[in-house]
Amino acid sequence: MDPLHQFQINPILQIVIAGYDVSFSNSSLFMAVAAGLIYALLVQGMKRRALVPGRLQSMAEMFYEFVANLVRDNAGHDARPYFPFVFAIFMFVLFGNLIGMIPYTFTFTSHIIVTFTLAFAVFVFVTILALVKHGMHFFTFFMPHGVPMFLAPILIPIEVISYLMRPVSLSIRLFANMMAGHTMLKVFAGFTVLMGSALGALGFAVGLVPLALNVALTGFEFLVAFLQAYVFSILTCLYIRDALELH
Amino acid sequence: MPNLLALVRPHRWSGIAGVALASLTVTAGSALAATAEAPHGAEHGGGGLPQLNPATFPTQIFWLAVTFITLYWLLSKKALPRVAEVLEERQERISRDLGKAGALKDEAETVMAGVEKSLAEARTKAQAEIGRASAEIDAANSARQQQLAADVAERLRQAEARILAAKQDAVANVRSAAADIARDVAARLAGVDSDPAKAEAAVAAVMEERG
Repeated sequence: MDPLHQFQINPILQIVIAGYDVSFSNSSLFMAVAAGLIYALLVQGMKRRALVPGRLQSMAEMFYEFVANLVRDNAGHDARPYFPFVFAIFMFVLFGNLIGMIPYTFTFTSHIIVTFTLAFAVFVFVTILALVKHGMHFFTFFMPHGVPMFLAPILIPIEVISYLMRPVSLSIRLFANMMAGHTMLKVFAGFTVLMGSALGALGFAVGLVPLALNVALTGFEFLVAFLQAYVFSILTCLYIRDALELH
Repeated sequence: MPNLLALVRPHRWSGIAGVALASLTVTAGSALAATAEAPHGAEHGGGGLPQLNPATFPTQIFWLAVTFITLYWLLSKKALPRVAEVLEERQERISRDLGKAGALKDEAETVMAGVEKSLAEARTKAQAEIGRASAEIDAANSARQQQLAADVAERLRQAEARILAAKQDAVANVRSAAADIARDVAARLAGVDSDPAKAEAAVAAVMEERG
């Protein structure tokens, strides 16, 4: 009945490396499942290399073109080399979110440490990219052109902080959305069960209300699953553009 | 896909809303957990969020790194180039077919222009032929008309001449007959046998007088 029980990490295979517990858990299992499904979709879909694509190939091509357009429109033409990175992030987050919608699975994107690691990887990646592209010139990013000098003491700390907060906001947005959605589903399901067991026949009738709500919420959760993956990757694209163009 | 950009806007409030909803549901959930399954909560760090249990961080980071790096490597080295290849192939095929269609269209247009040209030529030729024929017909007509008019005039002239001759003949006959009658009358009434020439002259004089 505990709505947070679904977020429990349960080790499947105990592994300890250098004193750290890196057991293969339910979270790891579904990460592997997501990665495997993505790869299988693309490889199996493109197997026939049909001129007129079938269902699976259409899907693979649709994902490809969707992310390609995303990168082109939001990160610019110079961002082509980083397309696989954005594609991997989008697909991994999307499949993580969607697989989590299947009952009895584990939503690895509902863990802050996972989303933060991903966001931090993006942050490190774009910072290194900007430093390599622009060298020391990168630091002008925090002091835009045409700003009066006397504003610098206020502006620079604000810009630096907002830059450093990027991985935090990026990771919390995804984690909070996924966790909130899944908890809510469980809470409402819990209400139904609770009423059924506590109030008898009347309880079953009243319990239909949270059940109906749960149906609507499930649909909403699918939207959130897609939207959050989209937002995560579009922000990645915008950060890449910032790194490439420095405003 | 610029229309999808509109979807980005909600992310600002969706983050805030997400946190708010999370705290709300977590509070409700914790309450529910505490009442429904109090002993169970102790299992994971005193009923706290499993997400905030640092003991599970190393395994998640480690397996995230393993799966994500593997996925990235597989995608960038194998899967994505294959998709790109197929898409490029299709694009190439389409543009090639389009080019072919364009060439065929051009060809059809040149043929069409040729047909148009020869048609126009034939038309002007026919026009000239018609003009020439009608001029010829006109000329023949007018020639025939002239000839006809001349013919008619000639016949008219001849007829007139004949009529004139007949008239003169008749007048002469009348004159001699009148002279004869006059001589006859004179012989019978007066018993005078007059000279025919004189009689004729007298008749002529009278006829001249009476018109």
